[in-house]
Amino acid sequence: MSTASTTHVVPAPGSRSPDIAFKWVAAFAAAMIVILIVFVGLELYWGSRLAIAKFGVGFLWSTEWDPVQEKFGALPFIFGTLLSSLLALLIAVPLGVATALFLTELAPLRIRQPIVMAIEMLAAVPSVIFGLWGIFVLIPWLRDHLFVWLKHWLGFLPLFKGPIYGTSMLAAGIIVAIMILPIITSISREILRSVPNLQREAAYALGATRWEVLRIAVLSYARRGLFGAAVLGLGRALGETMAVTMVIGNRPEIAASLFAPGYTLASVVANEFAEATTDIYFNSLFELGLVLLVVAILVNAAAQVMLKSMTGSGPIKVV
Amino acid sequence: MSASPYLPTAELANWRKFKSHAITGVLVVCALAVIAPLFFVIYFLLARGASSIDWNFFTQLPKPTGEVGGGMANAIVGTVTLLAMAAVVGVPIGIFGGIYLAEYGSDRANGWIRFAADVLNGVPSIVWGMVIYLVLVVPFKTYSAYAGGVALGLMMVPLVMRTTEEVLILVPQSYREAALALGVARWKVIMVIVVRTALKGIATGVIVAMARIAGETAPLLFTALGNNFWNTNLKEPISALPLQIYAYAISPYDDWHRQAWAGALVLMALILALNITVRVLSRDRQRTH
Repeated sequence: MSTASTTHVVPAPGSRSPDIAFKWVAAFAAAMIVILIVFVGLELYWGSRLAIAKFGVGFLWSTEWDPVQEKFGALPFIFGTLLSSLLALLIAVPLGVATALFLTELAPLRIRQPIVMAIEMLAAVPSVIFGLWGIFVLIPWLRDHLFVWLKHWLGFLPLFKGPIYGTSMLAAGIIVAIMILPIITSISREILRSVPNLQREAAYALGATRWEVLRIAVLSYARRGLFGAAVLGLGRALGETMAVTMVIGNRPEIAASLFAPGYTLASVVANEFAEATTDIYFNSLFELGLVLLVVAILVNAAAQVMLKSMTGSGPIKVV
Repeated sequence: MSASPYLPTAELANWRKFKSHAITGVLVVCALAVIAPLFFVIYFLLARGASSIDWNFFTQLPKPTGEVGGGMANAIVGTVTLLAMAAVVGVPIGIFGGIYLAEYGSDRANGWIRFAADVLNGVPSIVWGMVIYLVLVVPFKTYSAYAGGVALGLMMVPLVMRTTEEVLILVPQSYREAALALGVARWKVIMVIVVRTALKGIATGVIVAMARIAGETAPLLFTALGNNFWNTNLKEPISALPLQIYAYAISPYDDWHRQAWAGALVLMALILALNITVRVLSRDRQRTH
């Protein structure tokens, strides 16, 4: 391949020091990964030390967020982050797994490639563009059609009661669902592809229909890995910032209705960081960031472990 | 169904077949639903963005609040500047780290580093912004292009590292052995033989990472901050397309909304161009190997 002439690569005999230096440089670069994780955690802790000292663990379940009175609590944001992510998963996991099934088990090769490409392109759309589209296209449509329809038919449930503004928890859930669909679909596809063909053949040999093959031989075999894909999607959903900030309505309330505005850990930081005037306000925002980081790291680590045990060949690289 | 599970009847068989066909249909609908948002987004980007793109958009600075006209010239240049700075920070660390994983290190330690890289990849982007704010904005008492570039650069590291490792592993072991047998120092074997053989793959990984950070907004909010002027001093705030799109999208002015769509279209085109480059590069790679 490379036709490097040997004349200039002949080493000075006995000189091993460049070799050792090179190895250390490379080792340091690799170690940067671990250093960065620790560093990020320590910095956030440092940034939030005043709030941690003042509010203690009560910060996590206090519902008050009043910068004027200097009272800060994380619960509305933890609630908003978890609920919007959960809604996103409820929409994205069934759709993503179904699409992965379609792509691995049914789709003819000819249409498989274009769909995979479209999903990759969807993954490339930046969060802020989804937010822009959310504000001017999705929200008006949800407000005038889907939400009205949901309220008409399911309005007896507390989930679909109350006034419709458009910007809402449900809108955030839907937009995050769109954003995590590519990753859930592509990881699910990897998982389904790792299901041995013997499984399918055995089920067909017993006279199973196509759906029975998928259900008995494929899905049940891949269950753990698909769960891992969902958890990985959750990790992404938790940290989504821009699009959520633009459609969720940014109000620190815990409401039963999905039509009500909410707030998330990431979006309150994005919104209020620049206007945090007092040290304690600032520190409280950093503590929200710390909570988000810890949850995101735990969820991502759990997903990697699950996917690793499924494929048995090291963690799946996530692009 | 009343049929005994042990005695398949024609009725049961038909029901099973029907169910199978019905679910096939459901799967097709799901696949269409997944790709539908892409077409809606692209359609609206073109419908609302294309008509707003004119010469001014690429050559003029943003107008003061509420005034009609102006463009995003500084934001376009800012995005390119930030990407270049991010590459300077993130690419060397990523490539050297990938070299370590592929060429040195014990399996066990490397397994942990890979795991850590995948976890680091999942750190929310806004968190990077907060950390860099503390490290590079607070001490220097100013938002700066440097801070934005570093935030984006560190975000690239895990991805560049993992892709570099993957392509280096694909280089045949015999290349390394042949060079070592000639008495070439190990670091030269790696840099001159292994890395050079895999250069295209490494470049692909770098461009993939650039495409991913090009649209990032959250890490820039409190680092690069954005501004409405030409800025050649990297110690000062710099604008970027995603920042400008965000600021205009949440503003109350119609003309700014129009420009936000135009900016989004340009940003999307930039990201697509990077992705197409990746495709062309990896197609060549498949052909030569």
